[in-house]
Amino acid sequence: MTDPAITPELVAKHGLTPEEFSRIKEILGRDPNFTELGIFSVMWSEHCSYKNSRLELRKFPTTGPSVVVKAGEENAGVIDIGDGWGIAFKMESHNHPSAVEPFQGAATGVGGILRDIFTMGARPVFLMNSLRFGDIRPNKPNAATNRRLLSGVVAGIAHYGNCIGVPTVGGEIYFDASYDGNPLVNVFCLGTLRIKDIRRGAATGVGNPVFYVGNRTGRDGLAGAAFASRDLTEASKEDRPAVQVGDPFIEKLLLEACLELFEHPEAVVGVQDMGAAGLTCSTCETASRGNSGIEIDLALVPQREPGMTPYETMLSESQERMLIIVRQGHEKTVLDIFEKWDIPCAEIGRVTDDGLMRVKNHGVTVAEIPAKKLADEAPLYKRDARRPADLDARQKLDLANVPEPAPLDLQLMLEKLMAAPDLASKRWVYRQYDHMVRVGTITAPGSDAAVVRVPTGDKSWKYLAASVDCNAHYVALEPRLGALIAVAECARNLAMTGAEPLALTDNLNFGNPHNPENFYQLQQAVDGLAEGCRAWNIPVTGGNVSLYNQSPAGAIDPTPTVGIVGIIRDPAHITPSHFQNEGDAIVLIGNLGDELGASLYLREVHSLKRGRPPELDIEREKKMHEAVRAAIRAGHVRSAHDLAEGGLLVSLAECATGGAKRLGAHVHLEKNSSRLDALLFGESQSRALLSVRPENLDALLALFKSHGVPAQRIGAVGGSKLIVDVKSGSNAHTTLNWDVSALYQAWNGALDSYLE
Amino acid sequence: MRWAVIQFPASNCDQDALHVLKEVLGQDADYVWHKETSLDGVDAVLLPGGFSYGDYLRCGAIARFSPIMPAVKVAAAAGKTVLGICNGFQILCESGLLPGVLVRNASLHFRCETLPVKVENATTRFTGEYKTGQVLRLPIAHGEGHYVADDATLDSLFANKQVLFTYCNADGKNTPESNPNGSQRHIAGICNRAGNVLGLMPHPERAAEKILGSDDGLGLFTSILRSQKA
Repeated sequence: MTDPAITPELVAKHGLTPEEFSRIKEILGRDPNFTELGIFSVMWSEHCSYKNSRLELRKFPTTGPSVVVKAGEENAGVIDIGDGWGIAFKMESHNHPSAVEPFQGAATGVGGILRDIFTMGARPVFLMNSLRFGDIRPNKPNAATNRRLLSGVVAGIAHYGNCIGVPTVGGEIYFDASYDGNPLVNVFCLGTLRIKDIRRGAATGVGNPVFYVGNRTGRDGLAGAAFASRDLTEASKEDRPAVQVGDPFIEKLLLEACLELFEHPEAVVGVQDMGAAGLTCSTCETASRGNSGIEIDLALVPQREPGMTPYETMLSESQERMLIIVRQGHEKTVLDIFEKWDIPCAEIGRVTDDGLMRVKNHGVTVAEIPAKKLADEAPLYKRDARRPADLDARQKLDLANVPEPAPLDLQLMLEKLMAAPDLASKRWVYRQYDHMVRVGTITAPGSDAAVVRVPTGDKSWKYLAASVDCNAHYVALEPRLGALIAVAECARNLAMTGAEPLALTDNLNFGNPHNPENFYQLQQAVDGLAEGCRAWNIPVTGGNVSLYNQSPAGAIDPTPTVGIVGIIRDPAHITPSHFQNEGDAIVLIGNLGDELGASLYLREVHSLKRGRPPELDIEREKKMHEAVRAAIRAGHVRSAHDLAEGGLLVSLAECATGGAKRLGAHVHLEKNSSRLDALLFGESQSRALLSVRPENLDALLALFKSHGVPAQRIGAVGGSKLIVDVKSGSNAHTTLNWDVSALYQAWNGALDSYLE
Repeated sequence: MRWAVIQFPASNCDQDALHVLKEVLGQDADYVWHKETSLDGVDAVLLPGGFSYGDYLRCGAIARFSPIMPAVKVAAAAGKTVLGICNGFQILCESGLLPGVLVRNASLHFRCETLPVKVENATTRFTGEYKTGQVLRLPIAHGEGHYVADDATLDSLFANKQVLFTYCNADGKNTPESNPNGSQRHIAGICNRAGNVLGLMPHPERAAEKILGSDDGLGLFTSILRSQKA
C-alpha cells in the first residue's frame, strides 16, 4: 500500500491549519510524509497539546509544601500525606468516545485513568466519576437515547472497575438538555505509593533498551485524540472505529506485573503509559523529558493483525499498553515478570542521544522528528473571548413573574423534587459498581464525600475523603462565580466528613474554543477555580481539558468539574451525612437563605434556567468549614450535611431519607424573606445542617459563636415524619409535613422507574 | 492454622482475604500462585473473589483448568477446609467440588450492596459461632450469583443441611424482594456433603471489621478456627 500524497486537503483533514503545516515543515526542514503528518496531527491536537487552553491553565497554583510531583510534570501529580507516603490522583474525560459508544467509551476511560496512576508507581485504591446526560424522564426529548447512554456508560464503568478490583466509591450525576447527544464522562482515580518509589516517564541513558509491554496493537482507536478534538456531529457515528475497546483482564495483569517490576528499581529507568496517541505520545514524551532521543522499529511491536501500516501502528490507541525504559543488563528481570503474568513484552528500540524520535519499519526509517519540538512545542493560542450576548438577559430574574406556590402545593412539590433525576438516589447506578473491594470503604456512595482508609504499611492506615463537584447551571449563568462555588462546595463536602482538603484535580469540559463565547466561559471558569484554589490553599495536581463538547444543537453548559482529596487525621472524627439518633438537636449553620437565582427549584418547578447564582463570601465559607471541623474534633457532631441543590428543605429531607434508620425531624423556621419558597429552596452558600446530642448543644453553639459563624438550633431529630413549622410575622403560621417513608419511596425508586 | 489464598491472575479479593486472615485474625497465611501445583502443608484453602481469567466465559469456567486445581481437589478430598468466596464459589461449582452452577443475575446487572443473609445451619465448621436462623449483614458484589441446580439437587442440599446461607429480609424471611440475583430457593452459600468445602457469594472478609460497617462476617472465620482446635 502506498501512502497518499500530502495535499492541502489531507492536511486539513488531519485538523492542522496551513500555519501549523508551515511550522511542521520548518521543524523538519522538509515536507512531512504521511506517517509524520499523522503523528503531528495527534500530538498537536487539543487533547494532547492543550494548545487552546494551556495559557489559561498557567493561572492555576501548582506548588505547595506537600507537592512532590507537580501538575504537568508527569502522568499525574503526587502529594505527600506523611510518613513517607504519597497519593497520585487525577481526573480525565472520555466524553467523545462515550457519545458514540457509551459502554466501551466509558470502560476505556476508566482503563486510561488507572494507567495514568499506576504509571507513577502507585497502586490504584479508588475510583470516582462525574457524569452528565440529557434528561431521562419519559416525557423529555431524547429521553430514550439519554437512558441508553446512561445505562451504557454505567455498565462500562462497572465492567472495567469491577473486574480490575478498584472500588468506585463516589461521584455525581446531573441531567440537563445541554448534554443531549454529548454526555460527559469524567473519571477520577487515586493511588498510593511510597514517595521514594515514584516512577518517572523519562527516557535516559543512551543505549538503554525500550520495552513495549501489554496488549497487542490493533486498528482500534485510530487517532482517537484527534477525534476528541472536534465537535460531535451526525457524522460522528462514522468515528466509531476511533473508539478503543477495553480489556480489564489484561489491564489487571499489566497493573500487577508493572507494580511487581517496580519493586526492582535497578531495572527500570522510565515508564509511560500509552494513552491518547499511543506509541507516538509515549515515545516522543519520554525522549523529551529525558532530553534524549528514541528509536523504535515497528516490526518488533506485538500486533494483533498483519499488514498494519506504520501510520496505523503509530496512531493506534489500543488499550492496556505501556512503554518501559529498562536499564541495560536488566532485560531478563523484565522478561521474567511479564512471562509470569502472561503479558506480551518486547524490546522495540533504544534510547539515543540525537534528540530525535526515529521510527523504523523493518529497518527502514519511516518517521524522524525532533522529539522535544513534537512533544512540547505545539503552537499555543490565545483565543478571542467574549461575554455571551445573552448572559445579562439570562441573569435577570423578576420574582414577580414567578408565582409563589400555596402551602398545599409545596407539600406535593417536595416529593416530586426528591424524585427529580438530579436529586433522586443514585443507588441504581452505584450498586452496579463494586464500591467495597480492597476493604477500605468507610463511607459508601450516597454521602457528601467518600471516606476511604488506605494502607500505609505495618498495619497503619490513612483516612482520605474525596468528592467531585460542579454545579454547571451556576457556571452557565456566571462562569467565574460558578467555578469558584464548585471549589467551595467540594471543600465543604469534605469538611462535613471531618476532612481538611489537600489538593485538587480538575476536568474542564467546554464547547468549541473557536467560539469566543465558549472561550470566555473557559477563561472565566479557570479564573474562578484558580481563585478557589488560592483561597483554600490547595494546589492543582493535574487534570484534563475536554473542548469541542458540542452537538449541532449547541455547546454543553460549561462544566469545570473539580475533585478534591482531603485527609482525616483521626478515624474517630469520620462523620456521616444523615441523621443518626432520635432526640438529637438539629442545628443550621449559616443563615436562612433567600437566593433563588439559578436554583434547582426554579428549573424543576418553574422551568426557568435563569438568575444569578447565589453569592459566595470566601472568608465566610472558609470560617464555616473550620468551625465544622473544630466541632467534629470536639466530638459534638453526630451528622453533618451541606446545603446545596434544593436548599434547606431538600437537605433536611436528605438527612432523613439517606440514613439507614430513616429518622424524621421537627423543625421551626422564622420567615425572614418575603417568600416561603425562597426560604425553603433558596441555595444561599456557606450553610450546613448538623445533628448533635442535646447535652452537647450549648457547647456546639458556643464553639460556632467563637468562630464567628452563625448557628441556630432549628429543631430535633425523631419520629416518622418531617414536620416544618414556619412562622411569618406575629401570628401567621404554616405547617408542612411529610411521611419520611413516602419521601424515601419517591427518592429511592425514581431512577429505577426511569431506567427499568 | 496455615492458610493458602489462591491467586488466579485476576483475583482481586486476594489481598482482602489475606489482610483479614493475617492482620485481623493473626493467622499464618500466604498466597499460592495459580501456576503452582502443590498445597502440601496447608490446613485450609481460600479461593478469593475476583475475575480469575477475566470471566468473559462463564465465571470460573477457565479457572477450573488452572494448574493449582488438582491440588485443591486433593485437599478437599483429604477433608481440609476449602472456602470459596464469590468467584471462589463459582470456581468450586465449575470444578465439581460443589453441585450446581452460578449464572447471570436475574436483573442482568452487577449488584454490590450489604444485605441480610440468614444462617440456615449453625452446626458446621463454617458456622459454629453463629446461631441457626441468625440474620447477618454481609456485602455482595457480583454479576453472576444466580444459583441454579435441578430440583433433585436442591432437595438433597436442603435435606442434608448443606445450605448454610440464604438471602432474606431484615426479619429473616426469604421474600422475593430479598433475593438479589434470582438464586433458586434464595441460596447464598452451600457446602459439600462432607461439610469441609463451602462456597458462598457474600463476602465475609469485607465484613470483618467494625469500621467498615459490619463485622458479621468474622464469625465465619472464627468458626473455622474454633473447629480446627476442637
